[in-house]
Amino acid sequence: MKRRADTSEEAAFRAEARAWLEANAKRKTGVGDWSAGPRDHSVAAEDEYWARMKAWQRTRFDGGWAAITWPKEYGGRGATPVQAVIFGEELAAFDVSSGFIDAAVGLIGPALIKYGTPEQRARFLKPMLRGDVIWCQLFSEPEAGSDLAAVRTRAVVDGDDLVLNGQKVWTTSAQYADWGFIVCRTNPDVPKHDGITFAMVDMRQPGVEVRPLVTMKGDRHFNEVFFKDVRTPLTNVVNGLNRGWPVTTFVLMNEGASIGTTSHSRFRVEDLVDQAVASGQIEDAVVRDRLGAGYVEERVLAALQDRLKRAILDARRPDVDGSVLKVFSAESGHRKAELAAWLQGPSGLLAGPEAPMQGRWQEGLLARGATTVGGGTVEVHRNGLGERALGLPKEPRLDRDRAFKDLRVSGS
Amino acid sequence: MPLSLPDFNLSPEQQEFRDTLRRFFEANAPIGEVRRVMSSGEGFAPELWKSAGSELGLAGIAVPEQEGGQGFGLAELGLALAETGRALAPIPLFATAALAGRVVARVVEAAEDAAKAGRGARSAAESGGTAWLAALAAGQRATLAWLEDADSWALDGVRLEAKSSAAGGYRLNGVKQLVLEGGCAERLFVVARVASGLGLFAVDSGSTGLAVEAQEAFDVTRGLARVRFEDVAARAVGQPGEDGPAIERGLVDATALLCAEMVGGMQRVLETAVDYANARHQFGRPIGSFQAIKHKCADMLIDFEAARTAVAEALEACETGDDDAPLLASVAKAQAGPAYVRLAIESMQIQGGVGYTWEYDAHLYYRRAQSCALLLGTASDHHDRIARILAARSGARGGIGGGR
Repeated sequence: MKRRADTSEEAAFRAEARAWLEANAKRKTGVGDWSAGPRDHSVAAEDEYWARMKAWQRTRFDGGWAAITWPKEYGGRGATPVQAVIFGEELAAFDVSSGFIDAAVGLIGPALIKYGTPEQRARFLKPMLRGDVIWCQLFSEPEAGSDLAAVRTRAVVDGDDLVLNGQKVWTTSAQYADWGFIVCRTNPDVPKHDGITFAMVDMRQPGVEVRPLVTMKGDRHFNEVFFKDVRTPLTNVVNGLNRGWPVTTFVLMNEGASIGTTSHSRFRVEDLVDQAVASGQIEDAVVRDRLGAGYVEERVLAALQDRLKRAILDARRPDVDGSVLKVFSAESGHRKAELAAWLQGPSGLLAGPEAPMQGRWQEGLLARGATTVGGGTVEVHRNGLGERALGLPKEPRLDRDRAFKDLRVSGS
Repeated sequence: MPLSLPDFNLSPEQQEFRDTLRRFFEANAPIGEVRRVMSSGEGFAPELWKSAGSELGLAGIAVPEQEGGQGFGLAELGLALAETGRALAPIPLFATAALAGRVVARVVEAAEDAAKAGRGARSAAESGGTAWLAALAAGQRATLAWLEDADSWALDGVRLEAKSSAAGGYRLNGVKQLVLEGGCAERLFVVARVASGLGLFAVDSGSTGLAVEAQEAFDVTRGLARVRFEDVAARAVGQPGEDGPAIERGLVDATALLCAEMVGGMQRVLETAVDYANARHQFGRPIGSFQAIKHKCADMLIDFEAARTAVAEALEACETGDDDAPLLASVAKAQAGPAYVRLAIESMQIQGGVGYTWEYDAHLYYRRAQSCALLLGTASDHHDRIARILAARSGARGGIGGGR
């Protein structure tokens, strides 16, 4: 659908954003852009990528563009959601990335603005925005995946501190993080949602052990994090002891809302059509059928994403649930990678530089899991659609009215 | 409480229009009336057509005001069709306003452009172009007759001949089939061949030499007919021999509008499934609390949202004359066709034993869905079109058959 035209104020804002970007960044060329991610899966390449992201985040903060909608007192621009969309549109053309820095800011920042104390906001928000302090989200555990409220990482009050013991897992970028926000168990004697505390913890202290986990792709996207007698002052608790669950759900909600603003995939079916035209495979009706089907999904996903964006532009509540986009994009993205591999025929057996298109589609095949499990499994999102968007009843539950310590766990 | 999904892409005026139509069809075309018409063999409900087609002005909703229409766009026609699709309303709105209406509008438009450019023999006004649309807007029931072979939707299959007659006008000889709502149409717009190519011709249903016979349709709420032409008098709508591209363009509009009709049906079957899943209890709980059912419903919602988003894009492209209109209409059809079938099947499945009884309405929507998935091209047909469009844009090799 056609976007409405910019108002004169919006056009002026767009021009201002573009001028700043032109002065501070290079445009994408499509070849060798650093913003596409680490050049390989080595630690050195990942370190280099992080250094560039941090440098860019600093530039962005100094220019006043790190958080468009945040109030100025917290380092934001104090601008509107529409202006944030406009900045995002302009930003997309430039070879820059804030990667997970931006994601973490979008998760914990709004939670601190909503639930934090004035002291917490004054201390944490600006260094976070500037990229000086990198954050990670300490949520999932071995026994708390889709059922996040089952966290077992124990937190005990000792004097003015909270003392943490336990294990987190699937913690994105923990190896680069200076601070983390953690969901932990402060009272096991009450039903599970009532004994949870949300706190901030310094990751650079003895007793915090980060062990990178290598994904099937070969990168170190996430980590196991172990806590052994780790202390954090009670002043770092957000929203009070045992009142962490509302903060947690607020963060999860923001995570869901950010899905819709994800930029369109760089891997396009049109590239596959070019390839099929060049190879002559396009003469095959089966090839045309599958390419056409792939294009339908790609185009529909883009239209769904525009729908969310237009709701922001028109200052309306979104008229489509974020989980629709999450499931559609995860599952259609995987089918697109499969289509690419199928089209490659024998050369699809290769990976890396020798594979067609430098192996980027093979990387796409290996994104399975990262998209269908990460950020909530597609099954959990389907539950959400059934219950939230369609009003279907929840499953009867065995864990609501019992003390957390009496619940069954895997293997018991 | 019955499920109510948020509206999408509606202005306050459009929302009011949609609400009016929904109330109108709930009051005047309840499912009992649909079934009465279905078993009566009448093919449509004359009184309903009179009030919906001419009094509410639905037939002329996208016809310009100077030609007697309401001067709204395809978005509004799409809204009206969605409501008829939701109600399975026994009136030939799709055949009249979308199929005949859009093809005639495109052919008339092309003839006018040609006349202005000095290429046409006569202006559209001279050939009666305005009058064709005005008649449709006034509530004349019409349809498009183009299929002869039963195995392809393409216009290449048209063999029926139009010969110019000594007395002026044309004479048609041949057989058309699978003519949508052919049984109740007062005017047929016929795609026929002249020496130099395709032309669109108008024939009145009472014409001498014309024989219309009903064909048994899988979709029991929409009629199909075989039409025989024996030296039937016809008038040219555009410029015989030159009309092919404009007819194709009209069919692109009609495809997007068919998808809009389907979206109305999709929403109805989704609501029915969810309401049933909330109400029906087994094992001491509503069946909608089981993930097996809940996830079906979630997938139905995803299908529905994907379809209505694609349809809105396609209609807007058709309306504004965007070069991408054929591409986006194909995207919409390839998305909505299989999606409506999946929704109709799952809704029927969730309703269990009663879901496949004659008495329950699930099968009526299932029949409509299966037929809509074929009508104007299957998903595979449209995948092929999409791939051809993209290939034609691709690189120096010049797309398909570009020579290697």
